[in-house]
Amino acid sequence: MTSSAPAIGRPLARADVRARAGLADPAYRALLTLFAVGVFAVLALIVWECARGAAPSLAAFGWRFLVSADWDPVAEKFGALPYLYGTLVTSAMAMLLAVPPCIGAAVFLAELAPRGFGAVASFLVELLASITSIVFGVWGLFVLAPWLRVVIEPWLIAHLGFLPLFRGFPFGLGFLNAGIVLAIMIAPTIVSISREILLATSRTLREASLALGATRAESLAVTLDAARPGILGAMILALGRALGETMAVTMVIGNTNRISASLLGSGATMASVIANEFTEATSKLHLAALIELALVLFAVTVVLNAAARLLVRWTTGGRRDVAGAA
Amino acid sequence: MSPAPRDRLAALPRGGPGLARRAWNALVLAGCGAGLALVLLPMIMLVAHIVARGLPGLSLAFFVSMPKPVGEPGGGMANAIVGTMILVGACGLIAVRVGGGTGLYLAEYGRGPFAGAVRYAAELLAGVPSIVVGVAAYGLVVLTIGHFSAIAGAIALAILMLPTIVRSTEEVVRLVPRSYREAALALGAPRWRVVQSVVLPAASAGIVTASMLALARAAGETAPLLLTALGNRFWSVALDQPIASLPVMIFDYARAPYSDWNQQAWTGALVLLLLVTAVSAMLRLAVRRIG
Repeated sequence: MTSSAPAIGRPLARADVRARAGLADPAYRALLTLFAVGVFAVLALIVWECARGAAPSLAAFGWRFLVSADWDPVAEKFGALPYLYGTLVTSAMAMLLAVPPCIGAAVFLAELAPRGFGAVASFLVELLASITSIVFGVWGLFVLAPWLRVVIEPWLIAHLGFLPLFRGFPFGLGFLNAGIVLAIMIAPTIVSISREILLATSRTLREASLALGATRAESLAVTLDAARPGILGAMILALGRALGETMAVTMVIGNTNRISASLLGSGATMASVIANEFTEATSKLHLAALIELALVLFAVTVVLNAAARLLVRWTTGGRRDVAGAA
Repeated sequence: MSPAPRDRLAALPRGGPGLARRAWNALVLAGCGAGLALVLLPMIMLVAHIVARGLPGLSLAFFVSMPKPVGEPGGGMANAIVGTMILVGACGLIAVRVGGGTGLYLAEYGRGPFAGAVRYAAELLAGVPSIVVGVAAYGLVVLTIGHFSAIAGAIALAILMLPTIVRSTEEVVRLVPRSYREAALALGAPRWRVVQSVVLPAASAGIVTASMLALARAAGETAPLLLTALGNRFWSVALDQPIASLPVMIFDYARAPYSDWNQQAWTGALVLLLLVTAVSAMLRLAVRRIG
């Protein structure tokens, strides 16, 4: 018998319990910690793989990659400007179209709707967030594009054609289509996070302002003011999603490497050109240029996400269910 | 002496807010309602279109027969449906293990700066565009093996699912009552035993539900599969070979210039919509009823 075994009749000491557990407890904890470290490892691997793959392009073009509009796989010249432009234009349009109605919808769901209706509509919005991008792509290609070509774009050209934004021919596919599809896709994100934020911030403020004799609209201004950083966070998260969205955009943007001032023109985004050309890349340098695009996209979205999540957390006082719902 | 409270109340102007304020109020409230309508309307149209255009092509053959060459009637996406199941299954095996382990760590030992950093890293990972994950998986797996393969696709999907599973596992495990742990510890069980045989079984239903939700979403991912699993016109269930998947096949068929392929794409979109959205809806409703 070893001396560490407790004598009969003596109460178990803490040390005895520890001794019995032996190495199992630390080992178990170490195993779980290993899984947690895995999350970092995955992030690091993404950066490493993108940086490694992009190295030839980084070496060949340097910073000119971002300002040159010359994308010519045959001559092995690669400049990302048309794709940066396309990404920026489509995302900006999506935000302009989506943000105003989405904030209205969030306010309606959080503050005005009868409880039962609000719950049902919020559930519906959550479900809409689960519709996958390829489904949006099919819809944009077969339904939205013909409609834009026949109805909307001729009207825009006839009535607003004096603006450079609406010059050109009605193709149906292009920046306008991509912007509309993106706006529909990011709407559920903005609505559901903004609604959560309004619910988390508003109660006392609303009651106080109503008690002072404010109308509903005036009290909304007060609560919106308090929720502003969080709603900004929701918008940035949605922007990050729009920037990185691939399949739906690839199907409706027309896929050319032009920089057109008109919204009716076709183009491509960083994500869509990767999806289009990656498996058919003609040379090592072509592949490296595409991977560099992924690297740029990664950097932009990580910075945006980091900022947005800090904003959401700050506004809601660290309520995980809100910060994480994003 | 100051007037009694009741007299002060009487001195207030009567009739509530004036006309301008009431008009502004009505306008703002109407605007909010219109916003909700604007958000929901395109979505409802989209679902209606998918159902209306996809339904005519929906038949048993779509699920059990192979794609036919252009011009031949019939044919289905059996290989793509099985391919998606294999991809999602393999990705679940990886993601549930790693993500579940991480979530368990965060819930049981997750205090201090390291755990905070893990949470934040998981949230950042959730924001990485899926195409970027595809590029990384290409470099990591496809280049290493030397060709496109199902396992590369599964790994890419697993990376995309990881953040969701980490977060929901942590939440579900935190919901297990403290008294369970205390009771087990009081019986002399070591910590690992408490977690493994008391906490985990209590949380398992929630973990399974959350994982299913994440898997349903992974089933609809397209972009990373283009760069990893590639797609396959033929029947293949091998993990080390390119494999067909429903989203990639819809993508190819929608862009093809043949109307019968386009019809197949509509039907495929309907099946995907039903698969992903119906599973999500049922699971969410179930969770609501329990919680």
